[in-house]
Amino acid sequence: MNDTLKRIFDSDLWYSFKRHPLVIVAAILSLACILGAVFAPLLAPHNPFDLKTLNLLDAFTPPAWSASGKGQFLLGTDDQGRDVMSTIMYGSRVSLTVGICAVALSMVIGITLGLISGYVGGALDSFIMRVADVQLSFPAILIALLIDGVARVVIGKNGHDEVAIYVLIFAIAASGWVQYARTVRGSTLVERNKEYVQAARVIGRRPLAIMFSHVLPNVMGPVFVLATLHVGAAIITEATLSFLGVGVPPTQPSLGTLIRIGNDFLFSGEWWITVFPGIMLVILVLSINIIGDWLRDALNPKLR
Amino acid sequence: MVYQIRNSIRRNGQNFERVGAKLLGLMNKPLIFFTAVLLSVGMLSAPTASAKSIVYGTQDEPQTLDPHAANLAVTNRLLSNVYEGLVERDKDFKLTPWLATSWTQPDASTWRFKLRPNVKFHDGSTFSADDVVFSVQRALHPLSQQKISLQGVDSARKVDDLTVDFVMREPNPVLPNHLTQLRIMSRAWAVKNKAETPQNYKDAEDTFASRNANGTGPFMVKDRQPDVRTVLVAHPNWWNKNSPERGNVTEVTLRPIKSSPTRIAALISNEVQFVNDPQPQDVPRMRSSPGVKITEGQEARVQFLAFDQHRDELLYSNVKGKNPWKDVRVRQAVAHAIDAEAIRTKVMRNLAVLTGTIIAPGDQGFFKDADKRLPYDPERAKKLLAEAGYPNGFSVTLDCGDNKPAPDICQAIAPMLAKVGINTTPNVMPTGTFFPKLQKFDTSFYLLSWTTPTSDALYTLQSLLRTQVPNASGGDNNFGRYSNKTLDSLIDRFRVETDLKKRDALIGEALTLINREMSIVTLHRPIIPWAMRANVNAILPPNAVPYFFRFNVK
Repeated sequence: MNDTLKRIFDSDLWYSFKRHPLVIVAAILSLACILGAVFAPLLAPHNPFDLKTLNLLDAFTPPAWSASGKGQFLLGTDDQGRDVMSTIMYGSRVSLTVGICAVALSMVIGITLGLISGYVGGALDSFIMRVADVQLSFPAILIALLIDGVARVVIGKNGHDEVAIYVLIFAIAASGWVQYARTVRGSTLVERNKEYVQAARVIGRRPLAIMFSHVLPNVMGPVFVLATLHVGAAIITEATLSFLGVGVPPTQPSLGTLIRIGNDFLFSGEWWITVFPGIMLVILVLSINIIGDWLRDALNPKLR
Repeated sequence: MVYQIRNSIRRNGQNFERVGAKLLGLMNKPLIFFTAVLLSVGMLSAPTASAKSIVYGTQDEPQTLDPHAANLAVTNRLLSNVYEGLVERDKDFKLTPWLATSWTQPDASTWRFKLRPNVKFHDGSTFSADDVVFSVQRALHPLSQQKISLQGVDSARKVDDLTVDFVMREPNPVLPNHLTQLRIMSRAWAVKNKAETPQNYKDAEDTFASRNANGTGPFMVKDRQPDVRTVLVAHPNWWNKNSPERGNVTEVTLRPIKSSPTRIAALISNEVQFVNDPQPQDVPRMRSSPGVKITEGQEARVQFLAFDQHRDELLYSNVKGKNPWKDVRVRQAVAHAIDAEAIRTKVMRNLAVLTGTIIAPGDQGFFKDADKRLPYDPERAKKLLAEAGYPNGFSVTLDCGDNKPAPDICQAIAPMLAKVGINTTPNVMPTGTFFPKLQKFDTSFYLLSWTTPTSDALYTLQSLLRTQVPNASGGDNNFGRYSNKTLDSLIDRFRVETDLKKRDALIGEALTLINREMSIVTLHRPIIPWAMRANVNAILPPNAVPYFFRFNVK
C-alpha cells in the first residue's frame, strides 16, 4: 500500500498534477460532487423521494438568502416542495451512475471489438470498421434516442420505468463504443508487430490471451484519456435525453430531469429550480473535462 | 429518415412519437418557418385583401379529425371550426339556430328540425336531410364517443330534403343543447371514402375521416401533419360568411407545442398569436409583457379524481382479493387527505375555484347545497382508512394525462395521499395514450377534467356517473364504471322530466347523493385564460371553444 502511494507520488503524473492549479481545483470539485452523490442519503438535508415528508405548502420557496427564503431550504424548493439541494445530490447520483456505467460498458464493447479488429485484421477488421463508420455518421444522441424508443415499444410503459436506467446506460454505451474501437485498433496495429507479441506467439499462447494480457495493457493509455472525457459527454447525453423526457422517469430524477422540471417555471421567475441543477451539471462536466484534457497532455510524451 | 421511423412505430410508441415530434420540431424549425413564409406569400397573392392568418399554439395534438370518434376537449375545440351542428352558441352563449332554422315538437316522441337551405360542404356539395340522418346514425354507432350528443334519440328520419324528424326513445327536454355537440358530416363524402363508421379511436385505427374532414363549417382543413401542424383556411362558400359576427381571420395554423415555456416564448416573440392554455405560473408574466394580452373567461370545467369501482380487485394496487374503492370510507379518506387549497394556491396560483360538485354554477341544475367539500383533515382520513380495514394503507397507481396542469396536480396529490397511507404512484402519460387507456377501463384511479358543453347537468351526470349502458349514452365516459342504482333511477327520472322545477329538484337530489357517496372527488374549477397578441380580439366563451370565425386581427 505504502509502496503504491509512493509510486504515485513519485510519478511524472503527480508532478504534473501539482503544477496545474486548475486541475487541482477541478479534481477537488469532481471529488466533492462524487462524494456528495455517493453519500447523499447521509449528507442531504431531506430525502426528496420520501413522499410522506413533502409539503406542497413549501413549494416554490426561494433560496435561503432571498427575502422570503427559509433556512432549511438552502437552495430553495421546487414545485412539489422538495429541497432543491437534496434533489441535486440525489439527481447527480443518477447522472453519475449512468455516466460511469455507460462509459464502462462502451469501453468493454469498444476495446474488445478494437482488439479483435486490429489483431485479427482482414475481412473481420473491414467489417467492424465499416460498422463503426456507419455509426459515426449518425449523431450519438440520435442513436440513443432510437434505442430508447425501440426499448419503450418493446418493454411497454409500465415495465419501462423500472428498467429505464439500464436502457439509458445501454443506449449511451451503444452510441459511444466506436471511438474506443478505433483508438484500440490503431494502437493494436502498431503493437501486434512488435517483438514481444511475436515472442508470445512463438511460445504458443493463444490469440485471445495475447490480445488481452499482452497487447491490451500497452494500448490502455489513450483509452483512459478517452474514457475520462467520455464520462463528461455521457453525463451530458443522459441530461439531454432526460431533458427531452425520454430518460429516467420523474420518480428518480437525474440532473437533466430536474432542469426540465425547472424549465416550466423559468418565465414565472422561479429560476432556482432550473438554474442550480444546471450549475451543478456545468461544474461536474467541466471539471471532468479539465481532468481529461490534462490527462491527455500529461500522458503524451511529445508534450513533456 | 426520422419521419419514417416515427411513422412505423407510432402505433405503439406514443412516447417515442412525441420525442420524434420534438426532435423534428427542433430540426425542422427553419424548414417550417420557410414553408410558413412560402404559404403566407401564397396567401398574399390570393384575392382576399384583408386576409389575416393566425398561428394557434396549444399543448396538445388534436388526435383525430373524426367528429364522432372521441369526445376530447382538444379535438372538439378544433372541429367546432370545421364541422357544425344543427344548433350552436351565439356570441352571448345563447342557443341559436345554426344548420337548422327552426324546430318544433309535433308530438311527444318527435322533434322536427327545418334545415337551412343553400348550405355547402367544403367539397362543394349541398347539405341536406340525408347528411343529418347519416350523421345521427354515425354518432349512434357503437364506436362513437358522441352518443351523449343524441341523448334520448332513437333515430332520425328524413321528411323532405330540408326537414328531419328526430324520433325519441325517451323524452329529452334539452335536446337542442345536446345537438350543439352533434357535428354534421357529409354522407356522400363518407360513403365515397369508406368512412361510414367512426374511427376506432381507442385502438388507434387510421381512417380517411380521421385524417381528412368535410364539414360545413367556416374553416376547411387544408393541411394536416399530426403533431406538427394542422392548417385551416376560410371556407369560401360558408353560408354564414356575411354574418356581422364574422371576423377577418382567414387562415389558422394549429401548432402543438408541448412545452409550456416554449409556447409562451413563441407567443411573446410573435411566432404564434394565440395560446388557449397558458400555464397558471406564466399568467402574471404575460400580463406584464408588452404586445401580449390575457382574456379571462369562466370555463365550466371541473377537475376531479375518479376510481375503478367495478372490478373486485384493482389492476394497479397491492390490495388483493378486494377493491378498496368500493368502500365509501376509503373514498372519503381520499377527499379528506387532499389539501385542495394548497393545490389551488401553489399549483394553480389562485387561478381556480374550489368545488365540491361536478356541475358549475350557471349550468342548469347546479345545486348549491351539494357544493360542499369535505375539509382537509389527514387524521380523519387515517381513521376512516383504519375503519375500512386498511390501518396500514395500501398502494395504487394514479393515471393522469400530460395535459398541464394535470401532471402537476397528480404530483401534488401523491405526497398528500402518501401521508395518510395511500402510497400513490402518479403515472403521467401523453393524451394519446391516456384516453384510449381509460376507454379500455385499464385504470384503477385517474384524474380527469370535465366540462359541460350543453350547460345542463344531464350531459354530465348521464355520461360521467350513470351505470354503463352498452351502445348508449349512459355512462359512456364513466371509465371507473361507478354504478349506483339510486343515482341511476334519479338520472333516469330527470332525464325525461319536462317540468323544469321538478327536474331541478331531481338533479339536486342526484348531486347531493354524489356528494355524500363521494362517487368522484372533485377538486376545483380551473380558470384557464387565453393569451394572445394585443392585436387579436377574441371572446372566451364558457365552453372554451375558440370560434376562429369570430376572431379579429388588427
